[in-house]
Amino acid sequence: MMISARAYGDNGKMKEHHYTGPVEHKFSPYAFNGGTVLAVAGEDFALVASDTRLSEGYSIHSRDSPKCYKLTDTTVIGCSGFHGDCLTLTKIIEARLKMYKHSNNKSMTSGAIAAMLSTILYGKRFFPYYVYNIIGGLDEEGRGAVYSFDPVGSYQRDTYKAGGSASAMLQPLLDNQIGFKNMENVEQLPLTLEKAVQLVKDVFISAAERDVYTGDALKICIITKEGIREEIVPLRKD
Amino acid sequence: HMCMYVCGTASEFDRDSAFHFLFPPWQCSRKNRVPTLFSSTFSSLSPNQQPFQLSHGTTTLGFIFQDGVIAAADTRASCKGLICCPISQKIMPIHSHLVVNTSGSSADCMLWEWILTHEMRLYQLRHRKRLSVNGAAKLLSTMLHPFKDQNTKNVLSTFGGRSGPRVCYVCSDGLQLKGEIISVGSGSPYAYAVLDDGWRWGMTVDEAVALAREAVFRATHWDAYSGNNVDLFHITAHGWRRRDREDLKEEYYRERERKSKKIKEREKERQKREGDELGEGDIYSVHCG
Repeated sequence: MMISARAYGDNGKMKEHHYTGPVEHKFSPYAFNGGTVLAVAGEDFALVASDTRLSEGYSIHSRDSPKCYKLTDTTVIGCSGFHGDCLTLTKIIEARLKMYKHSNNKSMTSGAIAAMLSTILYGKRFFPYYVYNIIGGLDEEGRGAVYSFDPVGSYQRDTYKAGGSASAMLQPLLDNQIGFKNMENVEQLPLTLEKAVQLVKDVFISAAERDVYTGDALKICIITKEGIREEIVPLRKD
Repeated sequence: HMCMYVCGTASEFDRDSAFHFLFPPWQCSRKNRVPTLFSSTFSSLSPNQQPFQLSHGTTTLGFIFQDGVIAAADTRASCKGLICCPISQKIMPIHSHLVVNTSGSSADCMLWEWILTHEMRLYQLRHRKRLSVNGAAKLLSTMLHPFKDQNTKNVLSTFGGRSGPRVCYVCSDGLQLKGEIISVGSGSPYAYAVLDDGWRWGMTVDEAVALAREAVFRATHWDAYSGNNVDLFHITAHGWRRRDREDLKEEYYRERERKSKKIKEREKERQKREGDELGEGDIYSVHCG
C-alpha cells in the first residue's frame, strides 16, 4: 500500500488527534488481504508469480494461500486485493471458460480471456471487484503475453507487470532490469527463462524485506509450450 | 449474476436496459427505492467509500487550422501517486476521419471508445452515410446522459475532416462545446497557455505539429500527472496520419543543451563587446576566462 499523507495537515505539520466522541463505522463491503503478483513475458515463455501470504490488518490468516490460478494449459491469472472478490472472480472466469469450451469446442486464448475479463470487471463498474489482476500466458503464436488490469477493467498487453501491495516497489526494478529503462550504454539482451526466474526470486525476496503484506512463500508458475510448471520458494515469515 | 453490456440504440435506454449496474449494500437500504440510473436523487458512490482510486490525470489537446486538425496527448496513466502505465494510448481513431482524445478513468474511456466505434459503424451501415462530427458528439452526449450522476468523468474531444476540420468537447455531465482550440485534463491550463500564444489559422503543418508538441511538453513539465511520451495525430481530408511516438525525456535534455549553448554564446558576445568598448590593455577589465 502507498504511504498515506493522512497523518499530516495541509501545512506539513503532523495532525493532532483528539478524542471526538464515539464514532460509528459503516459496514464496508471491502477488506484488503494483501499479496503481490508479478508476471513476465519472454520470447516463448511466460511467468506468473505470487506470494502466498493472506493477511488482514495486523493478522495473518494463512501462510499458504497462493494467488495464481491456472485457467487453461496456456494461461494463468494472478489476483490480489480482496480475497473474497478474488475467489468469486476466478469462479466466474472458470465458469465462462467452460461455457466457451462447450459452445465453441476449443479453449479460450489468452487474449480472449483478457478481453472477457475486462467486460466482466466493467459490468461491476459502480460496485467494483476489488481485485488487481494480471494474466500471463502464451498467445496464439506461442510468444509470451502479459495482460494487466485495473479494478474496473481497463487493460493492456505488457511485457512485465507487478500488481498488489508491493507493486510500487517491484515495478521500478522490473523497468530497470527487463525494460532497461534509465540505463545508458548497456547491451539489451533478450530475457532467457533461467534469468527471468532468478530475477523474479530476487525481486520477491526484496519485496518481502520491505512490505509487511508480502512474505511466507513464493509460488512461480512457468508457462511454456510444454505446459505449466510450478516452483515454490520460501520467503521471510516475519 | 453478471452485468453484461450490450450495444443498443437510443430506444433501448429504458428501465430494463442493459445499463443496469449493481450498487453496493448501503445505498440499497433505502426503503422502496430500486437502484436505477434515472433516479435523480440517487447519490453516487462518493470517492471516500472506494478503497482505491481509478486512473486519472492527463494532458490532451486538439486544434484546427487551415490544413486540418492536430490531436496530441501525453501517455501517462496514473492512479493516485503511482504511474500505472507510462505508455498508454490516449488518442483512439474511430474511423478514417475521426479521432477521439480521452481523459478520465481508463476503463470508462476504453468502453466509450468501443461503444462509439460500434455505434458509428452501425449508423453508417443503416443510413449509408457517415455520421458527422457534430452528430457523433451528440450521439456520445446522449449515450453518456444516463451516467450523469455517477462520477465517471469521461471527457472526449472529437475531430473530423469531412465537413471541414472540427473539434468538439463532450463531457459526461452533458456539456458539448465546439471551438478552435480545446485542451482537456490536469495539464490543460499549461497547454492552453502555449496554444493561445502560438495558434494562427494560417499555420503550416510543421508549425502546427511543433506547436502541439511544445504544448504537451510544457504541460508534462509542470503537471505531475502528465508525462512520458507524446502522441500526435494529424487529420486531413485524406484521413488521419500518426506521427511516431516521441519520448519527452530526450526533448528535455535537448532543450537544456540549447539553453546552455545560448548562454555560452551570449557570454562570448558580451565579452567581445566589452573587450571592444574598454579597448586594449585596460587593467579594469573584470573578465576572468
